[in-house]
Amino acid sequence: MSYKYFPHTPSDIRAMLNTCGEKSLDDLYKDIPNGLILKREYDLPHAMSEVEIRRFFNDLGEYNRPLTCFVGAGCYDHYSPSVINTIISRSEFLTSYTPYQAEISQGTLQYIFEYQSMIASLTGMEVSNASMYDGCTATAEAMMMAVAATKKRTKVLISATLNPIVTRVVETYAKFHGITTDIIAQEGGVTSRDDFERKVAAGDVAGVIVPAPNFYGIVEDYTGWADFCHSHKTLLIMNCVASALGAIKSPGEWDADIAVGDGQSLGIPMNFGGPYVGFLATRKSLIRKMPGRIVGATTDADGQRAFVLTLQAREQHIRREKATSNICSNESLMALYVTIYMALMGSKGLKEVNELGYSGAHYLAEQLCQTGHFSLAFPDKPFLNEFAVKTSLPISDLQDFCAELGMQFGLKISDDTLLICVTEMRSKTEIDMLTDVIKNFIESAEEGKK
Amino acid sequence: MNNQYYSKLIFELSHEGRRGYSLPDNEFKEYDLASMPQNLLRQQEPDLPQVDELTVVRHYTNMSNNNFGVDTGFYPLGSCTMKYNPKINEEICAMPAFSGLHPLQQENTVQGALEVYYNLQRSLAEISGLSEFTLNPYAGAHGELTGLMIMRSYHMSRNDSKRTKVIVPDSAHGTNPASAAVCGLEVVVVKSRPDGTVDVDDLQPLLGDDIAGMMMTNPNTLGIFEHDIAKIAQLVHDCGGLMYYDGANLNPMLGKCRPGDLGFDIMHINLHKTFSTPHGGGGPGSGPVGVRAGLEQFLPNPRVKRTEGDDWYQYSIENTDSALGSISSFLGNFAVIMRAYTYILTLGRENLAQVGPLATLNANYIKESLKDCYELPLKGVCKHEFVFDGLKDKSTGVTTLDVAKRLLDYGFHAPTIYFPLLFHEAMMIEPTENESKETLDAFIEVMRKIAHEAATDPELVKSAPHHTPVRRLDDTKAALKQIVTFAELRQAEL
Repeated sequence: MSYKYFPHTPSDIRAMLNTCGEKSLDDLYKDIPNGLILKREYDLPHAMSEVEIRRFFNDLGEYNRPLTCFVGAGCYDHYSPSVINTIISRSEFLTSYTPYQAEISQGTLQYIFEYQSMIASLTGMEVSNASMYDGCTATAEAMMMAVAATKKRTKVLISATLNPIVTRVVETYAKFHGITTDIIAQEGGVTSRDDFERKVAAGDVAGVIVPAPNFYGIVEDYTGWADFCHSHKTLLIMNCVASALGAIKSPGEWDADIAVGDGQSLGIPMNFGGPYVGFLATRKSLIRKMPGRIVGATTDADGQRAFVLTLQAREQHIRREKATSNICSNESLMALYVTIYMALMGSKGLKEVNELGYSGAHYLAEQLCQTGHFSLAFPDKPFLNEFAVKTSLPISDLQDFCAELGMQFGLKISDDTLLICVTEMRSKTEIDMLTDVIKNFIESAEEGKK
Repeated sequence: MNNQYYSKLIFELSHEGRRGYSLPDNEFKEYDLASMPQNLLRQQEPDLPQVDELTVVRHYTNMSNNNFGVDTGFYPLGSCTMKYNPKINEEICAMPAFSGLHPLQQENTVQGALEVYYNLQRSLAEISGLSEFTLNPYAGAHGELTGLMIMRSYHMSRNDSKRTKVIVPDSAHGTNPASAAVCGLEVVVVKSRPDGTVDVDDLQPLLGDDIAGMMMTNPNTLGIFEHDIAKIAQLVHDCGGLMYYDGANLNPMLGKCRPGDLGFDIMHINLHKTFSTPHGGGGPGSGPVGVRAGLEQFLPNPRVKRTEGDDWYQYSIENTDSALGSISSFLGNFAVIMRAYTYILTLGRENLAQVGPLATLNANYIKESLKDCYELPLKGVCKHEFVFDGLKDKSTGVTTLDVAKRLLDYGFHAPTIYFPLLFHEAMMIEPTENESKETLDAFIEVMRKIAHEAATDPELVKSAPHHTPVRRLDDTKAALKQIVTFAELRQAEL
């Protein structure tokens, strides 16, 4: 029964059973009623060697086609510096648990402190937690936090221009947590100011969730929104694409109360949907309402600076059902990922990433419009590196055609609308190739008509 | 070994004008970000460090030296199942054919990834004795919340709106009541008997038509198998409730027992415990949720389905209206799912069946070897973990916290301490199946040595640790000062 992950020899097992006063491994389960014991083998494959495992996944990988990516919608194909993978693969980080024993977890605690500092600065807020599962759940947590902070109010407004993937998760949490949600209408691709003011003025709203940039890539103007919220004792929650904050106005600059979002855009691989990292930052005055772990600075018995999990009295393992949230982990390793990313890129690198994405996206938008078959869905609105286009072409056929040639051309968001994204990863050659492929599609479609 | 300079905060290594990145030249300069309306652009740059690449590498490498992981040494942290994280799992999940996929690519371009997802769903169903799984939840607590949402969706679908209470044993993990509260349920606590198992007599009067269900972990947090489980499940079912299984303690069950066969209806599994994916310093994890037949329509969107014909099959991503809604951006932590599936295929049916018995053997071996110097409140065979109530000799004043800190000096991670709450000096020890007899013997020897030190030189233990990168920390100062960013640290005095 010798196996590479089990060091037990038959004589080890005999000696250990002897110490326990038992005769067989089965005897260790004698406290379980016999009828509940599984008396057959699992219906699973037999063990595979590493040679077979590699072959298995190589073969299976043939059924995937990583494509040149022109889609975003919550997951972005950004440059990931090779330094990051080298460091997060270090097993001292990778194979450790939540840093409960601070004396032998200073590595984890210190990078979380750095992460909190960077996220607070990036969002323009005062404090950040140690990270959350993803952007959707972080937004849902922000919603519950707003309800807890405003007491007695149980209504939250969500902008219609928020990524619908986020909205769906927020609505699910709301339904079970006893929160009523209402959608603020959109007008021409941005959140309706009139509808926002009308609904907040009712005076029963705990929080308002608005996006930056929004689902269509548009950077909305929130001048005066925070003041309006605050005059009605409502919290303004801003859901952001982390990378975009290197260029666009930060939640702190808009005077928002809670900043949330997904940190995937800070260099984390797309990984077919995860793991990513959610961030949540807020005002210092709301720190005790904040969900999740928080790391703070302190000193040790010798007076030297050190870091420790703090304000744990908010948390589930102490407060149980009265906790601010049921969160007990963070997304620690991914927090390290984005911390190293931000350390390498700095504010200049982050800005450059946005400049490259902006330029590439606007170039592609113009190329598409020049074919005569596409037009910007919201032509007068400023966008960053994502944009929506209207087309009369059959979108699914066009996407299949592009996929055959190795390109993922946007996300279909309605029968005649595509959402397209360009990051610094896309070269002019790639964008021109995409445009050529689309022109070929148009030509063959027109020939087909003849 | 650590370098004092590189171990500072990264902000303290920053120098104006340094950089750690390079990017391609802008090929479309005629489209300039600066042309966006000024009031939409950031006015104040984020305060991020300016550092070169080697400084970043040395900084984080030095920091890693201040950390202890499973690869460093024995990690007997109770209820956390700190097993070995096989390296082949890391290699497989990083394969570009999987890691390079965008989650919204067309289905026909991601069939291999969907097959991994689907096959892990099926494997977990077989191992747990339940019918269908979702792999979308990101962690154990997230799985609990999802499972409770399924419980409530089931009752709502029958227009049974009275069921707003969930029963939780007093020995339960703190997440259980917290998840229930987030899900809008009221927590009712059921007491434990002196032997650590649920008191059926205390349970019976709690049952009624307002009970949505009951949450249990089995073996429980004391490492004791709930021998009345069949009766408990029947009582809860008879009152119209559902049974929820907290999979945190699933490891000893592998090969021996399946939650579905014990009468549980809904459960979550911590892939980062039982299925060997790394804890990563507190995530990313993965908390798949399984249900018995009849509840699958409530599983969250999106779901992965398989369709097959005579000589073909294909996978699709589906959303339904009967689902409880969505609880994740996409299909969960896919890279974690890849690792867990690799683990299951690597061990295969024959070795997976050995995991539970060997983990249980290791726990019982430590328990029996130390019960003469540490207080063992519950006698008899345990499963994967057990609890000591501190040192046997209480006269020395040496607490469980002191013992835990002294263990660090000897190169071992500490057990889980002061949990469960049933004992004042709880010390919860969980070795996994990967630990050799020699490792356990070394741990036992150190634990005995600490007991001896407590008797002969208690101050040595009370002031531990002495040989770690930092000494015992001032938790009160941290909570009082609330310094949680570098900006605050610069302003404050520690």
